Amino acid sequence: MSDSTKTATDVADDEIDFQELYDAAPRQKFRFSWTGWIGVIVVTFWFLIAILGPFIAPYGENDLPYPDAYSEFQVPTAKALLGTDVDDRDILSRIIYGAGRTIGISLAATILAYLVGVSLGVTAAVSGRWIDMGLSRVNDAFLSLPTIMLGLVVIAAVGSSLTVLIFTAGLIYATIVFRISRALAMDIMVQDYVEAARARGEGLWWIIRKEIWPNAAMPMISDFGLRLIYVILFVAGLSFLGLGVQPPAADWGNMVRENLGALQHVPYEACPYPKNAAGEDNWLCGIGTKFAVLAPALAISTLTVSINLIVDDLSSYAGGKLTKGM
Amino acid sequence: MWSMILRRIGIGIVTMFAVSVIIFCGTRILPGDAAQIRLGQEATETNLAAFRKELGLDRPAHVQYFSWVKDTLSGDLGVSLASDVPVTDLIRDRYKNTLYVSAVTAVIGVPLSVLLGILAAMFPGGIYDRVVTFISVTLVSAPEFFLATLLVLIFAFYFNFTSAVVVGGVEGKTFLEILRHFFLPIMALCMIIAAQLIRMTRAAVLNVMSSPYVEMAILKGVPRKRIIMRHALFNAIGPIVNVIALNLAYLISGVVIIEVFFAYSGLATLMVQGVQTRDYNLIQVLGMLFCCVYIILMLIADIASIVSNPRLRHPR
Repeated sequence: MSDSTKTATDVADDEIDFQELYDAAPRQKFRFSWTGWIGVIVVTFWFLIAILGPFIAPYGENDLPYPDAYSEFQVPTAKALLGTDVDDRDILSRIIYGAGRTIGISLAATILAYLVGVSLGVTAAVSGRWIDMGLSRVNDAFLSLPTIMLGLVVIAAVGSSLTVLIFTAGLIYATIVFRISRALAMDIMVQDYVEAARARGEGLWWIIRKEIWPNAAMPMISDFGLRLIYVILFVAGLSFLGLGVQPPAADWGNMVRENLGALQHVPYEACPYPKNAAGEDNWLCGIGTKFAVLAPALAISTLTVSINLIVDDLSSYAGGKLTKGM
Repeated sequence: MWSMILRRIGIGIVTMFAVSVIIFCGTRILPGDAAQIRLGQEATETNLAAFRKELGLDRPAHVQYFSWVKDTLSGDLGVSLASDVPVTDLIRDRYKNTLYVSAVTAVIGVPLSVLLGILAAMFPGGIYDRVVTFISVTLVSAPEFFLATLLVLIFAFYFNFTSAVVVGGVEGKTFLEILRHFFLPIMALCMIIAAQLIRMTRAAVLNVMSSPYVEMAILKGVPRKRIIMRHALFNAIGPIVNVIALNLAYLISGVVIIEVFFAYSGLATLMVQGVQTRDYNLIQVLGMLFCCVYIILMLIADIASIVSNPRLRHPR
């Protein structure tokens, strides 16, 4: 029975020092539902784009597809597949370059949030009353601020750069990770199997590694996905406000901001067939010029919604008790 | 129950002070130098020193903090560093748009989403429930400006119903005129809060629906509609009020994005401008304002859940 009952986290060190009871319930195998698979495919797609970005983009992020002409907000053509933006640049290339930046920053920030949040959260859970109290109260104060306000105050104070963005987002979301990991660790600490391990005389580190981590892993991973969504939205929101990634670097959030003008007017010459056969305004043609705003917004949405689809599957497998609704 | 509510209010007040310390440290101690920003790069050292003295920046941090708290509590919000106008005047010019749009959003969005949430909970797993759940999950995880873009494309562009930006404020308009004028921002904000609110209302009602007394009613053969109207709804009111307050708090971040998106002037755009010009006085005041509203809404949410818990209402 030993092989089939191992989880991925146990395999790292192959010594299993205890045997499971013969009548233990068989472990459920994790399976993605079809929505989960859609999520996996879309997320993989965006991650590949993020990594391969510079190699597959048709133009550089600030290159002009029509260098000789005045060409803002052009409709999609073979030369610029998604059209051009407010500064005549290729939207497709900027989306591809932006993928790396948006995903990279958010991923780095979420990992930072987890490193800080989990280590402090577990510390609070396993150590004495006073350390726990102190950490929790400070945490509560930060949690009682709207994240966007906290972000605005920090960026007002220290300015905006890539590092600042990662650290701001990371530390802001570390507060929530702290709360969740502390609750999770507290919950597991009082379980019978931890008591039993204590009674056996196991050390604290052993208990964390062998009892708490395997039980906390699944909820934590699904929460990681959820947190990644919020960090992506947070960073995109700041960039949209002009306080995140600074132009001319492409980022999905600031692409929306830069091109907001596309929503307000349709340059007549940008559209080859402004009237349809019946002489009415050709609205499809107008949509073409809106890609400058629609494409980056759609890119963020497909990414975050897909992560959510994966998280749904993970958390329903993990019980979803702690991660849902937080 | 009263002692718990009082305790919760006490915690709320302490939190406000903690938040004021965070905002103060964030804006005043980290950059240190409002004088430099005000006078620019070319300012001489003597000018800077004189100006710091004038602003009181040469005093130790804790003295500055307490004098700031004292001034704020006595109604003196200071002067905007970027424009030299009293912050009070800036706020007075702008607060109406933010307030009215949020209020109208709450008046329309909250009842509608609670209703939709209850309907979803009535027939869990049904086609209506699944569609609503799917849409709200999508909206929750999509950024606010995606929703706003779609709304602009549909209403301003395809139907030609309104314009993509909102020009002008609420002055001298009736309720319906405000509704028409701010149609897109209000609609976007309604959908933003609805996404969370529907889900959480549904969860709150379903939670009550799984309690023993509802099970008893089902076993007695009471019709489903009657169970919800008579048994579940009253007991779900507390959790629903809790959820409403929580979601109105989410409005704050939504308002920031939506105001910038539709380019009308309000408190959130003022805050963003303050950050761009590094106007610390303005940021402090507006940051405190938004955070206090947030904390008060959270407080209401908590009190609602205390009041709605019968075990706390009738202590033995």
